Amino acid sequence: MASSRRGLPEINAGSMADIAFLLLIFFLVTTTMDQDTGIARKLPPMPEEELEEDDSQINAKNIYTVLINSNNQLLVEGELMDISQLKDGAKKFINNNGIDPNSSENPEKAIISLQNDRGTEYMTYIRVQNELAAAYTDLRNNASLNEFGERYADLNKSQTKEIRKMYPQKISEAEPKNIGGDE
Amino acid sequence: MSKFRKDGKKGMPAISTASLPDIVFMLLFFFMVTTVMRETTLFVSVTTPKATEIKKLKKKSLVSYIYIGSPVRRMQSSYGTAARIQLNDAFASVDEIQEFIATEREARDEKEIPYMTTSIKADETVKMGIITDVKQELRKANALKINYSTRKGTY
Repeated sequence: MASSRRGLPEINAGSMADIAFLLLIFFLVTTTMDQDTGIARKLPPMPEEELEEDDSQINAKNIYTVLINSNNQLLVEGELMDISQLKDGAKKFINNNGIDPNSSENPEKAIISLQNDRGTEYMTYIRVQNELAAAYTDLRNNASLNEFGERYADLNKSQTKEIRKMYPQKISEAEPKNIGGDE
Repeated sequence: MSKFRKDGKKGMPAISTASLPDIVFMLLFFFMVTTVMRETTLFVSVTTPKATEIKKLKKKSLVSYIYIGSPVRRMQSSYGTAARIQLNDAFASVDEIQEFIATEREARDEKEIPYMTTSIKADETVKMGIITDVKQELRKANALKINYSTRKGTY
């Protein structure tokens, strides 16, 4: 009686844990948890050959020029500036709304023009980009808190669009020049 | 003699390890799902600059990487220490970027091409000259969506 009931012998699953451990350790070692992060930017398309520059239509007071030289120094609107002040400077310029006659008319017209030298360090360039982006983020956050009572990142799509329309991020990069001599 | 004292000889009962494989498998699946294998060997040393206004790079399959930095130590004897560009598994010159973008595009579905991003992974010490050249080439190749790879942090 006993022999007919026995059927297939049970497979020993004791080593299953060992196999799983082996695989686990392999994946633990090869895994990289860090996600790629970065500052997203859009490059302007190549200018058409015969297209004329229409810079003349933009009023000079609506442009906030930021120059970086090969010694990683900043010249903002013709004056030497430290990077730490750039964010506040940019915010003040964008949000001027015509108060200062020599600054921007309104945030929609405000353009930040960035020009760097071939000898500028990449780190400085990214810091400047970061400060400018931070200025826009701050302004957008303030606007969305006022309008919708939420932070910009928590808004829904149409609300985001509205805020973006109020504060379009216009960072223009001039064609590169070699101001500071060789690299 | 307390009331609860059991027979001293009994000792601790053995903990059942029957569920151990299940636990290990659970961890295994977690790591299998989250793992990302590194597909290129880096010949250039890259320490990306720090920034705060960062965005996560989504859709990794649509991202092409351009590495810029000085060659790693074992390559310095043959390539020097000047900053270089690495595309896929080899050093490249600036002129090869357009070709690189073209091959990257061919590998993707036509519908996905507008969503393709180029991630520039450059060392924080490189000069903007080389970055500018790369950007100009990307503009020529009409690969306008870029991402400056950065770490989270402040200076």
